[in-house]
Amino acid sequence: MNDKKREPISDRRKFILSMARGAGLAALGGLVWSAYVDEVTASTLLLRPPGALAEKDFLKTCIKCGLCVEACPYDTLLLAKPGDNKPLGTPYFIPRDVPCYMCTDIPCVPVCPTGALDEESVTTNGVLDINSAEMGLAVIDAESCIAFWGIQCDACYRACPILEEAITIDYAQNLRTGKHAYMTPVVHSDACTGCGMCELACVTEKASIFVLPREVSMGKAGSHYIKGWDKSDEKRLEDAEMKTTTTKLSEKSAMDSLNDSEDLY
Amino acid sequence: MKTVWNNYRYLIMRRVVQVGLLFLYFGGNAWGWTILRGNLSSSRIFDMVPMSDPYAALQMLAAGVLLASDLLIGVAVATVFYLLIGGRVFCSWVCPVNMITDAAAWLREKLEINRVQNGKVPISRNMRYWVLGLSLVISAAMGVAAFEFISPISMVHRGIVFGLGFGWAAMLVIFLFDLFVLKNGWCGHVCPLGGFYSLLGRFSLIRVHHDEEACTLCMKCKVICPEPQVLYMVGKETIPVLSGECTNCARCIEVCDDDALGFSIRKLVDNKTTGDKDESNK
Amino acid sequence: MLATKNGKIVAVKGDPAAPVNRGLNCIKGYFNAKIMYGADRLTQPLLRMNDKGEFDKHGKFAPVSWKRAFDEMEVYAKKALQHGGPESVAVFASGQYTIMEGYAAQKMMKGGFRSNAFDPNARHCMASAVVGFYQTFGIDEPSGCYDDIELTDTVVAWGSNMAEMHPILWSRVTDRKLSDPDRVKVVSIQTYTHRTSDLADIEIIFSPNTDTALWNYVAREIVYNHPEAIDWDFIKKHIIFAAGPVNIGYGMRRAGEKSITPVNPDGSAGKYSAKEMEIINKEMKTIVSEKEGPALEPYGYKAGDTMNHTGGTLGHWEISFEEYKKSLAPYTLDYTAKIVKGDPDESIEGFKKKLQALAALYIEKDRKVVSFWTMGMNQHTRGTWDNTLSYNVHFMLNKQARPGSGAFSLTGQPSACGTAREVGTFTHRLPADLMVANPAHRKIAEKKWMIPEGTLNSVGTQHIMKIHRDIEDGLVKFAWVNVCNPYQDSGSATHWIKAAREMDNFIVTSDGYPGISAKVSDLILPSAMIYEKWGAYGNAERRTQHWRQQVIPVGDAMSDTWQWAEFAKRFTVDDLWGEWKPSGDRKEALPDVRDKAKAMGYSGDTTMFDILYANPVAKGYKIDQNDPIQKGYDNSECSGDSRNVVGSDDKVFEGYGFFIQKYLFEEYAAFGRGHGHDLAPFDVYHKVRGLKWPVVDGKETQWRFNSKYDPYAAKETKGTDDEFAFYGKIAKALQHGTLTGKDNESVKVPLPNKAKIFARPYMDPPEMPDAEYDTWLCTGRVLEHWHSGTMTMRVPELFRAVPEALCYMHPKDAKDKELKQGGLCWVESRRGRVKARVETRGRNRPARGLVFVPWFDEKVFINKVCLDATCPMSKQNDFKKCAVKIYKA
Repeated sequence: MNDKKREPISDRRKFILSMARGAGLAALGGLVWSAYVDEVTASTLLLRPPGALAEKDFLKTCIKCGLCVEACPYDTLLLAKPGDNKPLGTPYFIPRDVPCYMCTDIPCVPVCPTGALDEESVTTNGVLDINSAEMGLAVIDAESCIAFWGIQCDACYRACPILEEAITIDYAQNLRTGKHAYMTPVVHSDACTGCGMCELACVTEKASIFVLPREVSMGKAGSHYIKGWDKSDEKRLEDAEMKTTTTKLSEKSAMDSLNDSEDLY
Repeated sequence: MKTVWNNYRYLIMRRVVQVGLLFLYFGGNAWGWTILRGNLSSSRIFDMVPMSDPYAALQMLAAGVLLASDLLIGVAVATVFYLLIGGRVFCSWVCPVNMITDAAAWLREKLEINRVQNGKVPISRNMRYWVLGLSLVISAAMGVAAFEFISPISMVHRGIVFGLGFGWAAMLVIFLFDLFVLKNGWCGHVCPLGGFYSLLGRFSLIRVHHDEEACTLCMKCKVICPEPQVLYMVGKETIPVLSGECTNCARCIEVCDDDALGFSIRKLVDNKTTGDKDESNK
Repeated sequence: MLATKNGKIVAVKGDPAAPVNRGLNCIKGYFNAKIMYGADRLTQPLLRMNDKGEFDKHGKFAPVSWKRAFDEMEVYAKKALQHGGPESVAVFASGQYTIMEGYAAQKMMKGGFRSNAFDPNARHCMASAVVGFYQTFGIDEPSGCYDDIELTDTVVAWGSNMAEMHPILWSRVTDRKLSDPDRVKVVSIQTYTHRTSDLADIEIIFSPNTDTALWNYVAREIVYNHPEAIDWDFIKKHIIFAAGPVNIGYGMRRAGEKSITPVNPDGSAGKYSAKEMEIINKEMKTIVSEKEGPALEPYGYKAGDTMNHTGGTLGHWEISFEEYKKSLAPYTLDYTAKIVKGDPDESIEGFKKKLQALAALYIEKDRKVVSFWTMGMNQHTRGTWDNTLSYNVHFMLNKQARPGSGAFSLTGQPSACGTAREVGTFTHRLPADLMVANPAHRKIAEKKWMIPEGTLNSVGTQHIMKIHRDIEDGLVKFAWVNVCNPYQDSGSATHWIKAAREMDNFIVTSDGYPGISAKVSDLILPSAMIYEKWGAYGNAERRTQHWRQQVIPVGDAMSDTWQWAEFAKRFTVDDLWGEWKPSGDRKEALPDVRDKAKAMGYSGDTTMFDILYANPVAKGYKIDQNDPIQKGYDNSECSGDSRNVVGSDDKVFEGYGFFIQKYLFEEYAAFGRGHGHDLAPFDVYHKVRGLKWPVVDGKETQWRFNSKYDPYAAKETKGTDDEFAFYGKIAKALQHGTLTGKDNESVKVPLPNKAKIFARPYMDPPEMPDAEYDTWLCTGRVLEHWHSGTMTMRVPELFRAVPEALCYMHPKDAKDKELKQGGLCWVESRRGRVKARVETRGRNRPARGLVFVPWFDEKVFINKVCLDATCPMSKQNDFKKCAVKIYKA
């Protein structure tokens, strides 16, 4: 063995070794690199500018140039910096600091060179329409919202640029006092753009109404039941299709199940 | 003064260009100037001409993105521009990291760290092509532009234009790496963007030209050069530097006391002085 | 209820037993714990000084001692007296005073200085309501109470964004609506759509100033089309009809006043530009417009006629019902709809239907109706008329002063009712509805104040706008701003600020925070805020509520009571009670009353402090920690406190040694007891949570003038089967006349226990949109902030919620003017311009042709744009309408 070791390494062997070394290093680096990229793109609690593609496609498509950030007249948009723990260089906003003021000409969207901010998605009948943006959805913590205590607040409602559509007020009698009314805010996902004006205006110490990305804040009822009393609900039928259902009980085929009487008798 | 200008004129011009561009970008964000907006990943010049990083676009392509027309135009503009003036002109005239690595190289020279670090360079200059390839593979696998999430170049540039955050750490890492680990480590060995522009720059028109007859073999040019392998012809042949890895930084021109090095346009070179030799080298 | 920690207020506790709000607040109340501790709270006296430490009008503010502060005030007050007598010493009083503070200031100003240049910011708030009450009922303050909300079937909000400005009451209205949604109707009558319309069954958008036409339309519907709805029995017993002159001007400067003389060939005059004079000239003369022409026909004017204005007068005379009926003739549905419709995009037919529906609601038999209003009807160049017109409709239907029915003027400020109106901190008033012009009333006050007969000045014309104008004219040389913000809250603000800063005068401001008024002052005094002193406030339903001092004031701040008492120490009988030559509107000399003073036991150098505040009666109110009311509570004025504030004599202030607040309250309360203004004893208020006066035999009064509820009405109607007695005493004997004038030959007929229905027409305001200034500007408030925002803009949560005043406008107007949502625009009038952000969405949604800009934001100083026209009878500034142009900034 010792002798063998001292033998000069053949060119061929040298080539193979160095190729293997390169490949190994590449694999090592590639794995670390991939793991890192996976980690930094995992953050989902992030509000994107209007017209942003779905988060997965957005991360792919955004070139991180910051043109949208520069276009924003209110300094709403930020580019994620190292240390922000957000996908590096991508635009986002924190409504409690500066919300989206919903400019009617949406200056941040047309400047996007890559289509990560999709003009089409914020256009209605050929005109830019900020009301069709879906940056997020406001959610209310009814326990800390003082309107639910009976206090006359509705600061969020009054701050809402599309009040009466995105936020409405629910009126209910206050039985404790016997003569006042509860005026509690209700958010409607079909109109709420997630601009965060409500979150900014909320007067509680930590906002009791706050915007989350729609994927996070919204549930989904499924399409197997349609509200017959609500005509507009019928459009959910488009998604409805027959599905074979399986539960633990019905895993086996009927035949197998019938032939396996187990300890039934 | 005249000698200072003579010895540093390109360096000064490069710094002016680098800092000036940074300043224009910064003003675009901070004060709404319209000369240059965005950053090196993608910009708009006078709110009209788009210019986008072709390497970033390549990664996006690998990640499976259908490139928007705006982006394609921007990429085309950038590609043609660097194709004409030399790919790695980006590295020495535009890239902000260049200032960091140049500083590291200068300090390394001053401290004579090279003398401590004798022995074989641990990393090949071809590493950048590996990284380049790898970035495209990962982009394809992960579905995102992989290098863009770790690129210290955009980190630094974005940092200066939009706010730094912990971006200073990336700057420091590169500085220390170049200072203590490897001479011209980042720009000369690792950076895939440099690699990309090396490939793009192979066909560019502006070249450093070497005149063997004037050369006194002082070798100052090789010492100062961040990519000394491109100067293999010094003292040997009268030909232009044709390797794409040359960054056109012109430091060699400045340090040459013998007028043996100077800029020339490729076509003129071809046709007049050393036409055939040039051809043969291709 | 408050929670304190380490001598500072840390929390408000909602009080479930509080009768009005049951522990609920709006968000300003919710943050009450935070209003006192803004980082820039004023903590020590500040004087403008030069490098040598001398007072310098152009110097920078620097801290001085209380002694130095009062020294300077003394010097300049005496200088002013030399200049123009008592009329040269003025005070901008406040609806934010506690009752005791207002009373203390009132005594020193009118009793000590003999000056009636004393008028509160409340003038801007509800003076028109007051004059309306006087004219209609002969006594101030509403007949109904908030309990009407639970008892009514119909709530009509007239030009009032109740939802934002009276959120707790609005919550009660909402509750009432929810309790019986089909029966209970809510009508919102506004110049632009806002929060109050959300709940409304009917929303009527009217063109500014035409609410008078709308009231007359409803009255016409009753008289002409539903005469069966008139309760003739009630009318014959309790009502007379009346009219007054219509050519009364618009409460602007009148020709010949110093600052608008001389008139230059280019149209400018004195300190006013030609543009400004275009409007001010209308004070003397107008041409009757096509719009107002029909309405003025019964009064002898038609479109195109020149109307010469004589200046405001309160005079009126009795007319017949037939005359009154004649005055209503013009308000047909067609004419009314044509001039009233405020939204150019609304169909006239739809609008007419709404007007008919409104009238039907009032007229419907057995339907109870409450009409609520605030600033829309009060801040109005015909505000007094507008107020009286509301009672007309309710009276004819016998829907006034009954549980669940009545026209009810709401007011906003903390104690505009309790202090300003009831204490009478107005130029023309004394406590409990006494008037300075009435010799008998002056005598009562002089007796109660233990000052010589003849001391009080009988000419009370220096209302708040007049004080500003008198400063500009150079009559007033010393002005003291008491916890209010007159330099932010008055129209044509640029003129007043210039006058304060550029003329030879001395302006002092007492306040908690550095607002605009403090900034234009020469001396600033730090005032203790609400819970840092013993106090009492009164609200719009005649409810008086007291509180004890909860914490020690910050820094060296002291209450206004203390500031007045200390100031009074600087003036003696000889200083103030000699003869004063005629000055200003006073054409006769004020007599020398020093001999009478000496006869009362005072000497030439007895100080006003000893006479007005530290007299033997006052000293009978003992400081006593065994008194259950005082036990365990600080009283900084009476006993000093742990801060050991260095007082006005450079010695540590150790307190007056008697219960000054109780003294002031009891002495004040004595004015009204037995005269329909009965307040309960001081101590009682500390055992209950507020009582509605008159409090007779320990019982509060919910509905005045109604013999079932009001002991005074019961007394008047004793032995008859009358249900009502409108027992107010003011203007209760009238001559007779017609719509066009008084019959000078007629004799005055006394009208005991009667109320009045007034014939009053629609008239144009002095400034209306034209080709150049093409847009109406309306100003107002927002829920998040109190008036000028000095306190609420310092609460971070409220600031963040509404950090700036926006210019609300119709999206189409914005588009036509090439303005961008969120972009900046200039709002410019003939008087000045401000920059504001354009808002075309959200809570306030004007129709085309009108913009709304709230005034709380000192950075969007909208009163530079507003006009200082007033109701010529009430002198209340009309902030609700002027003409502006809007363009991109």
